[in-house]
Amino acid sequence: MPPAATDYYRLLPEIIAAVFGTTVMLLEPFLRREHKAALSWLGMLGAAAALAAAVLVRSDAGPAFFHLIQADAFTFFLRLLIYATALLVMLAARAYLDRENLPHGEFYALVLLGSVGMGVMAAAAELVTAFIGLEISSLSTYILASYRRDALRANESALKYFLLGSFATAFFLYGVALVYGATGTTRLEQVAEGVASVLLLKLGLALVFIGLAFKVASAPFHVWTPDVYEGAPTPVTALLSTAPKAAAFAVLLRIAGTVLPATLLWFWVLWVSAALTMFVGNLAALVQSNVKRMLAYSSIAHAGYILVALAAGTEAAYAAALYYLAAYALMKLGAFTLVAHLAGRGERRLTLEDYAGLARREPVVAATLSLYLLSLLGLPLTAGFLGKFYVFVAGLRAELLGLVVLAAVNTLLGAYYYLRVILYMYFREPGATYEPAAREPVPAGTGLVLAATAAGTLLLGVFPGHLMRIAELAAASFR
Amino acid sequence: MPENLLLTIIVFLPAAGALGLLLLRAEDHLWIRRAALTVALANFALSLLLLAGFDRTWPGYQFEEMRPWIASPPIHYHLGVDGISLFLVLLTTFLVPVAVLASWRGITERVRMFHILLLVLETGMVGVFVALDLFLFFVFWEVMLVPMYFLIGIWGHERRIYAAIKFVLFTMAGSVLMLVAILWLYAATGSFDLPRIQALLANGALVLPPVTELLLFSAFFLAFAIKVPLFPLHTWLPDAHVEAPTAGSVLLAGVLLKMGTYGLLRFCLPLFPEASRLLAPGIAALAIAGILYGALVAMVQPDLKKLIAYSSVSHLGFVVLGIFAFNAIGIEGAVYQMLNHGISTGGLFLVAGMLYDRRHTHQIDAFGGLATPMPMLAAFYLLLCLSSLGLPMLNGFVGEFLILLGVFRVEKWWAALAACGIILSAVYLLWSYQRVFFGAVTAEPNRHLPDVDRRERILLATLAILVLGMGIGSPMFITRMEAATTRMLREMERPSVHNVGPVAPERPDPTQLLRELERLRKDLQPVE
Repeated sequence: MPPAATDYYRLLPEIIAAVFGTTVMLLEPFLRREHKAALSWLGMLGAAAALAAAVLVRSDAGPAFFHLIQADAFTFFLRLLIYATALLVMLAARAYLDRENLPHGEFYALVLLGSVGMGVMAAAAELVTAFIGLEISSLSTYILASYRRDALRANESALKYFLLGSFATAFFLYGVALVYGATGTTRLEQVAEGVASVLLLKLGLALVFIGLAFKVASAPFHVWTPDVYEGAPTPVTALLSTAPKAAAFAVLLRIAGTVLPATLLWFWVLWVSAALTMFVGNLAALVQSNVKRMLAYSSIAHAGYILVALAAGTEAAYAAALYYLAAYALMKLGAFTLVAHLAGRGERRLTLEDYAGLARREPVVAATLSLYLLSLLGLPLTAGFLGKFYVFVAGLRAELLGLVVLAAVNTLLGAYYYLRVILYMYFREPGATYEPAAREPVPAGTGLVLAATAAGTLLLGVFPGHLMRIAELAAASFR
Repeated sequence: MPENLLLTIIVFLPAAGALGLLLLRAEDHLWIRRAALTVALANFALSLLLLAGFDRTWPGYQFEEMRPWIASPPIHYHLGVDGISLFLVLLTTFLVPVAVLASWRGITERVRMFHILLLVLETGMVGVFVALDLFLFFVFWEVMLVPMYFLIGIWGHERRIYAAIKFVLFTMAGSVLMLVAILWLYAATGSFDLPRIQALLANGALVLPPVTELLLFSAFFLAFAIKVPLFPLHTWLPDAHVEAPTAGSVLLAGVLLKMGTYGLLRFCLPLFPEASRLLAPGIAALAIAGILYGALVAMVQPDLKKLIAYSSVSHLGFVVLGIFAFNAIGIEGAVYQMLNHGISTGGLFLVAGMLYDRRHTHQIDAFGGLATPMPMLAAFYLLLCLSSLGLPMLNGFVGEFLILLGVFRVEKWWAALAACGIILSAVYLLWSYQRVFFGAVTAEPNRHLPDVDRRERILLATLAILVLGMGIGSPMFITRMEAATTRMLREMERPSVHNVGPVAPERPDPTQLLRELERLRKDLQPVE
């Protein structure tokens, strides 16, 4: 029985992104060097078309390809997140690639193909499909991480990412095999039904969890994160820290939502992992003097807050996790994009000292970065606060008082290092490394990304209702 | 106008003014100052309308506004004032123009940003006093930290960065746990609305087990005690005060500290009366320790600003003590003393700032005999000192007297020990006056210091009139507080297990039932 038209229709966003990604790659050799930057338009058009397709498909929820794919409200939410992220990353990357003299075509193709993988992960209703999505997205991001071929650090970090990432996917695949052995199926909806061996199932799911924990960078599987985030070109870091993380969380959420009647083991694994991740991320971030690396550790910490919601394990908690992912993507995209701009050619200026006195030279840039930082900190009226708020409420409703208190304490730890960046920008005078001539205007694409993410951060911080409703619908699709 | 919008206007006019300042050129310092002053004065005038329209017999909230803000969870934009918060709003709107005028000469760099932050700060401060939704309250409470962080960090003195970070981290350390407590209350009641939660607790629909109540109380109390600051949590205060610019110190002492005591009155006592009563002796002990410790430490300070800062620790100890006397006199005295402290300590910081503008130091050593070159300033400083140490006829006396009276009725020893603090305050204040202003001029550069100019004269004279007026006309204020105070004390009485009999505990808790249902549903899920 061949797949029907609806099957393709329900996978339309991924198909579109794949077609555009391949077209970009194929066109690239035929274009003259000075025209290659124009491929960014095609790339962005692809992401925008995928977004539009996601909206279009939304009304026609249901399974596709013999239950390998599930297009529902949950998939819709993540598709929005993933393709919007891809769009913004490509928008910001053009100026960066020009500045660093890096090839254009492959970049957009890889971002698009990577998001195909992530979209498949978000839509996967079956573990092997999820694995295929994971592989597609990983392969693209491995290459993207090493995109600065001649930079030593980038190569080192990409190799690290590749090796550890391969380990993680191997864990994941082995876990899938065990789940199949225990239940005779890899379809999530059926996994819970035909359990032949509980031990084997638990072991399998634990391995699946480890594989995904690598991808979301939760402790103790976070070790690769700071090096890779620091070494990768900053627009790639912006992508790495948002979309693949969201996709991996999507798989985790779908497993948690459909398979697990929150078994006790799973609950404690999530509890400990959440607490550990928050503390490891925040404590390590306290002592960083490199802003990019500090933001990398902060990414780890934020994964911890999302894990709090997973540990809570209610529908409201899953909605909170989704909201958090969206808020987090906005502020992290903005922050990394700005760091990429400020770093200058060759990414030289990344330390706190380089940020000293920034507010005097570029008040608007400094104010925007402060907004992202305050949102990451979780100050009211920003998206970050409402993310934390929803997670905390869900945690308390699930009677996780201890974990919520730990998360609140972590917020305080975070305050120290986020405020320190603001301190350097506003309270310090420019240091010795400051080169007056190096001041560059914000390129149009970067400016657009900054405006969009800053406006989104504020808007979601004051009027969270609409997005939260979409997130609640998404979380309700596990019922 | 569908309903009264006065409070919304008072809260957000400064923020709108701050946006307006962005339209001015950054170099137009004079116009920026004038615009900021206009906005601040206009807001003060508007807040006087509150006073005019205030019904002193009505015990509940007035000028109430309630609109839905976030649908899920249900968060409302709910504002209102009662006799307790009314005067704190007035104090805030009064001190902001004072702060703008105080910075006329002292602030010469990044002037536009300075005034924007001042106005944003005003929005936060007024918001804290009028918010009746716990979520909204928390939003104002936290957002207000940011402008203060910048005010200290940018325009402060040598150790400003350390002081700014310390200020924010201390405050946040308290407020994160308060957030958890607020969310806990929401999880239990399904509401963030203060009057609603209050009603649920008061009519016994929600009974908090003693341990839970104690934990919730502690979470709120810690946040407020840090802000007050209650001994031994006061260590951020001297740093913040000394390093802050004059306007920052005035608002810090005048308004921000009051948020702590206001929070105790608005949240801790009415929501958790049993825990408050249980812990009152311990809190009173800390308050008395603060009164005496603050006074003793103030005595030996070589730095004028630090001296005033420690005197704040001492004075706020009185306020906390009055609150935890749990009677109308003590609480009215506490509220009155909050206002007094805002005016007299704010004034003392103004004088310290004026001296700093002239000599660029706060060291008492550097002065001496200043009454000769600047008699007018000396006279104002003396008046403020006398007000602060509680001379009869001046405002400070009324507050301290009422507090002591209220406390004396509860526990004589507390009052006796606290009264020692008044004597000590006379010692350190008059001694500081003597060292700064009396005797021969000791340092050469002081010989020809200019006396107060017109702007400073207007500022100090306004404060002096208030000091006198509030000393004589205290009934004007107290009568407006009475209804709210009585209501608050009534709210503290609960139909507890002891005095209502076996009826209360048997009432089913609706939220508990809902939670049970939720759990049942969750258990059933995998079978589907």
